[in-house]
Amino acid sequence: MSASPSTTAPPAAGEAGAPTAREKRGAAKRRTPPARRGERLVGYTFMTPWIIGSLVFTVGPMLWSLYLSFTDYHLVLGGEWIGLANYTAMFDDPMFGRAVKVTLLYVLLAVPLKLIASLAVAMLLTQSRRGIGFYRAAFYMPSLIAMSVGIAIVWKVLFAQGGPQDQIMSWFGWDGGGFIGNPDVSILMLVLLSIWTFGAPMVIFMAGLLQVPDELHEAAEVDGASKWHRFVHITIPMLSPVIFFNVLMETVHAFQLFGPAFIIGGTAGGPAWSTLFYTVRIYALAFVDLRMGYASAWAWMLVLAVGVVTLIMFRAAKNLVYYAGEDNR
Amino acid sequence: MSATAAPRVIPRRKRTPAERVKSLVWHVALLAVLVVVLYPAFWVLTASVKENSDILTNISPIPTSITWDNFTAAFDGMAGVPLWRFFWNSFVIAALSVVGIVVSCSITAYALGRLEFPGRKAMFAVVIATLLLPGQVMLIPQYLIFSEMDVVNTIFPLVIGKFLGLDAFFVFMYVQFLRGIPRELDQAATIDGAGHFRIFFSIMLPLLRPAIVTSSIFTFIWSWNDFMGPLIYLHEIEKFPLPRLLQSYNNTEGVSNYGGMMAMTLLSLIPVVLFFLVFQKFLIKGIATSGVKG
Repeated sequence: MSASPSTTAPPAAGEAGAPTAREKRGAAKRRTPPARRGERLVGYTFMTPWIIGSLVFTVGPMLWSLYLSFTDYHLVLGGEWIGLANYTAMFDDPMFGRAVKVTLLYVLLAVPLKLIASLAVAMLLTQSRRGIGFYRAAFYMPSLIAMSVGIAIVWKVLFAQGGPQDQIMSWFGWDGGGFIGNPDVSILMLVLLSIWTFGAPMVIFMAGLLQVPDELHEAAEVDGASKWHRFVHITIPMLSPVIFFNVLMETVHAFQLFGPAFIIGGTAGGPAWSTLFYTVRIYALAFVDLRMGYASAWAWMLVLAVGVVTLIMFRAAKNLVYYAGEDNR
Repeated sequence: MSATAAPRVIPRRKRTPAERVKSLVWHVALLAVLVVVLYPAFWVLTASVKENSDILTNISPIPTSITWDNFTAAFDGMAGVPLWRFFWNSFVIAALSVVGIVVSCSITAYALGRLEFPGRKAMFAVVIATLLLPGQVMLIPQYLIFSEMDVVNTIFPLVIGKFLGLDAFFVFMYVQFLRGIPRELDQAATIDGAGHFRIFFSIMLPLLRPAIVTSSIFTFIWSWNDFMGPLIYLHEIEKFPLPRLLQSYNNTEGVSNYGGMMAMTLLSLIPVVLFFLVFQKFLIKGIATSGVKG
């Protein structure tokens, strides 16, 4: 099929003797031996679906939506170039402020609470106990079903007027009714739904916790460090790369919550826009109002926001994340 | 790797009373958390056999009386289309997605992770960038492209990306996995005269098996739960997968028939839960090594 490199490869790598992968790569930069040409051909052949797909379905659409965001394109009426008008209009649009507020509130509540819960349970589950596998599996299960439409519907019933949440809270003297009809607290339904999926980051935390060498804890214990001290000065620093990964992924995903918010609040983000998530509004603008130019501008603002947040996190990680075995510059 | 697999094995010995108490406290604490965490799951399980009035008012998972009418209503489906039809639709989309992911990700990742060619680094950078990119930004042009191709209201838009290796997450996961395979293997095969295709099929694919299994399980579950895609692209009820059916049912008949709604919800979750129970060991190991989000 491809050029047989068994005889040509060693001379191609030069005088250095048996070629290691790194030397091969260095050699390829200088000239292209026949074996490399074969590799190139195979490489591009294997990449063909991805290259076509990316151009047509990701890179192309990104550029197109950037263009659309400068037009007033409407699916039926068409549209034309309007410059920055969409972006300036957003800041006069009351819905924009509402969507940003709801989404930020959700990110700020759901991400830390979920991660604290997942780290706490992960620490309980990295001890050696009987039945540990059962607990791990049981705690992970909600993560698989929580984002389904079915569970969102169950949530609507659980938090309905007179439903389980309402009754349980009234035992404690809270007579605010179900969360679902109350714009002050309805966002909590989605925060709770998110916390319910703590099993996903928990499993990643568990993997990280198992990598922390026992000797560190033992040595600190001998030196008289309390449990809390060991947690703050050993567990947290050793776990920081995993914490960073979880914070990053959870935040990026939280910004994009759609399904449950759509089922619980509808396209209007009811009650009183209290569940009007940013992506729900994008959907409503694009596929209900058909204002695709304006919706594209909204989508690009989301890209910018997520980009800035990601960048800040990577910057912060440089100082905060400790990588064992590397000099931390 | 193996050092992390079983680092805390306690040698079997008699436990002291203090250890017994500690162990008991641990179990009680975790069981208490578990009851709270699994309450919604138990609740839906029994809500499916409760009377309509019982569902809203009875917060205990134990029904006051048992009725199977909810399941009869659920199996009837919606608007004359029986429930099995929606299961079949969901299954077709999920199965195609799994096949697409495995085929496209393995060849894309082999090129990106094991081969050297100009542009490879740039392409890999694009994969990484799309990993964090909010997909909403491509949604509108994609819709316009698919409607230009006249494939809106078919499952084509829902699965095509999977056949083209556009799922950055899994491509990345496969690349990471392939990079862990020793170079000496392909070098030995090369010396024995094997070409790249031979190396790919005879060496890489078999070694990729753990990645293939993990990605298949997650693709199946994610595709089974996916709502936004079907919401945008599927408009005829005969073509709806389960999430789309549940949403429509919730807006129409479900308003009056909570029980039917709950039974339908429960049935729709069964495949995911079954899948999970069968593969849970594998799944949790897979996430721990690759960082999959649930």
